[in-house]
Amino acid sequence: MFAYIVRRLFSGIVMLIVMSFVTILLFFSSAVDPARVMCGKSCTPERIEQTRKALGYDKPAVQQWTAFLGGVVKGREYPADEALRKAAPQLVVDCHAPCLGYSTVTQQSVGSTLWTKLPVTGSLAIAAFIMWMVVGVGLGIISALFKGTLLDRAIVGSSLLFYAFPTFAIGIALYTYLSLKWHLVKIPAYTPISESPSAWLQGLFLPALTLALVYIAGYVRLTRAFVLESLSEDYLRTAKAKGLAPRKILFKHTMRAALTPVVTAAGLDLGGLLGGAIITETIFNYDGLGKLAVLSNAQFDLPMIVGIVLVAATFVILANLIVDLLYALIDPRVKYA
Amino acid sequence: MSTSATTDHAARGASGSGDVPALLSVRELRVHFPTEDGVVKAVDDLSFDLAPGATLGIVGESGSGKSVTSQAIMGLHRGTRAKVGGQILFDGVDLLTISDEELRRRRGQDVAMVFQDPLSALHPYYTVGNQLVEAYRVHHDVSKQAARARVIEMLDRVGIPSPQARFGNYPHEFSGGMRQRAMIAMALINDPRLIIADEPTTALDVTVQAQILDLLVGLQKEFGSSIIIITHDLGVVAEMADDILVMYGGKAVERGDADTIFYSPEHPYAWGLLRSMPRMDRLRTERLVPIAGNPPSLINLPTGCSFHPRCEYATAELGCFTTAPPFDAESDHPVRCLIPHTERLDIFENSVRPSL
Ligand SMILES: Nc1ncnc2c1ncn2[C@@H]1O[C@H](COP(=O)(O)OP(=O)(O)OP(=O)(O)O)[C@@H](O)[C@H]1O
Ligand SMILES: [Mg+2]
Repeated sequence: MFAYIVRRLFSGIVMLIVMSFVTILLFFSSAVDPARVMCGKSCTPERIEQTRKALGYDKPAVQQWTAFLGGVVKGREYPADEALRKAAPQLVVDCHAPCLGYSTVTQQSVGSTLWTKLPVTGSLAIAAFIMWMVVGVGLGIISALFKGTLLDRAIVGSSLLFYAFPTFAIGIALYTYLSLKWHLVKIPAYTPISESPSAWLQGLFLPALTLALVYIAGYVRLTRAFVLESLSEDYLRTAKAKGLAPRKILFKHTMRAALTPVVTAAGLDLGGLLGGAIITETIFNYDGLGKLAVLSNAQFDLPMIVGIVLVAATFVILANLIVDLLYALIDPRVKYA
Repeated sequence: MSTSATTDHAARGASGSGDVPALLSVRELRVHFPTEDGVVKAVDDLSFDLAPGATLGIVGESGSGKSVTSQAIMGLHRGTRAKVGGQILFDGVDLLTISDEELRRRRGQDVAMVFQDPLSALHPYYTVGNQLVEAYRVHHDVSKQAARARVIEMLDRVGIPSPQARFGNYPHEFSGGMRQRAMIAMALINDPRLIIADEPTTALDVTVQAQILDLLVGLQKEFGSSIIIITHDLGVVAEMADDILVMYGGKAVERGDADTIFYSPEHPYAWGLLRSMPRMDRLRTERLVPIAGNPPSLINLPTGCSFHPRCEYATAELGCFTTAPPFDAESDHPVRCLIPHTERLDIFENSVRPSL
């Protein structure tokens, strides 16, 4: 088990390294010059050249990539060019490990920028996760247990409706009606939980609901399908034939088997969401990783994009690992060697 | 009062002629499933008796309604779309009309079931011991330790080596034969008066099959329970059944004691089953004649005798294509066939028996 975790973590790191390489490479095959972007509008060719040297963009992609990895592991110094550092030692900046570099737009450290966005996206993802798991899985179970009835059809039908609508349509509709027109919900804005838990929750409600609605639809259907499958299993017939009480049959025998794949899907979805909920964050002006990703892309902020990609990938990789480990906990037939 | 003369006759097995009150009396059982394509008449007008301590074998091809019958006895059609009619009298109590709670109390305790495929019939996420403890504690208000002791005793009884250690294993860690032994232990743990074994050996290989059947027979002697053994293999019932019920298309076509069914069967379908049965006393490859044709659709049963499309003796003069055969009053045991009794005996003696 321990060896398995170590192996998985190791392959995860390898994957991240490869991804960083691909991202950096992709960037350099594009026509836009990051040094030109960073230098601003009124910029002389000499200054562009100097900026390029300071950031290390003059070097071949592979060399930049190794410098980046070095920065992550043991930190690095800027300007990247040694001659420039020697020429003006008083201007040398020490970027501590793990150094993801500096934004070419805001000049801020990528690491600390991501660090400030993380709680925003994290709050949103986790709140949405809780909502969709409670509501989606709950409705899915109810729908399966009342299969074929009006209730079942109503649940499946309405979840399908939300499934069909794009996130931005749902988000904007909720925002307009619940917040702006009917004043039922405060205008969403992020407040750190450390400042005021109630403001944090209120500001979170609408964006989390928007995000959750999309997932609820999927989880209703997923849960319903797996509960129905589990209900038709032979071992359930055995449980009935034993004379077990319906409640025990439902919770001990049906749910544990039915919810295993749901837990798997949920873990992976949460992992994906922690990398940023682009549409929702943008609609509600939530300053998280998703919005940052859109902005950085538009501004061609290479270091920031590399940072976001790696953070998002890390969450996905960790979620995968955790889900696999959970699986072994739930299903005794699964063994890791 | 309600039992007419024909029902009486229909219900009597050759051996269960009524000195001992039956433990189980199934009367005109009907199980129909409404589906999109039409009504599936899985079981129709089925009656039989089972004496305490006796073994009834139910044989018939796939789809003849054997499992549906056993599920009806366990009350497993409750809460489904199935339409169940008739009576299932257990010790005089109609299992079809008792409350859900009463039924639940009886399941596992009065009637227990051994299923066909023990791998899928056991829950993959719980240990074998856990599942047996659960079965015992539903009906016995005892501590976990006491239940555990009882489970280990039962695992030992059914021949599972080192039951202490096996208690904590999961079903997938057992071999097929061991799993079926554990299923049997689970069925017997509450000392039920009736055990229904639905094809208990089909999923197992041949040598293990014999062991499991021996085990069932031995335990039956020890516990004195009645057994209904369901199979499509006459060889299995030959070993252990007192009475045999032959089902075709959801109906009982012939019923009698084992000797009658094996040595003087009267229904052409029963002849077909005997012909298709491999026997020790003849070479395997020779003269093994499968029954021609396919089992009937239970939605559109053939008119008249539902076996007529596959019956080489069916004729229009006898009414086989138009009249559903009642039980033949001439015969000493229930047979649903329109061929006159003497003619039937004649055909069996002269053309069927020699080919067996
Ligand atoms: N829930 C159901 N809905 C509709 N039809 C059903 C249902 N359960 C069983 N049937 C049908 O009833 C018929 C009898 O099924 P049953 O399982 O009793 O056959 P069987 O004699 O046990 O056959 P086998 O030897 O294959 O186990 C089959 O045609 C089956 O398709
Ligand atoms: Mg069956």
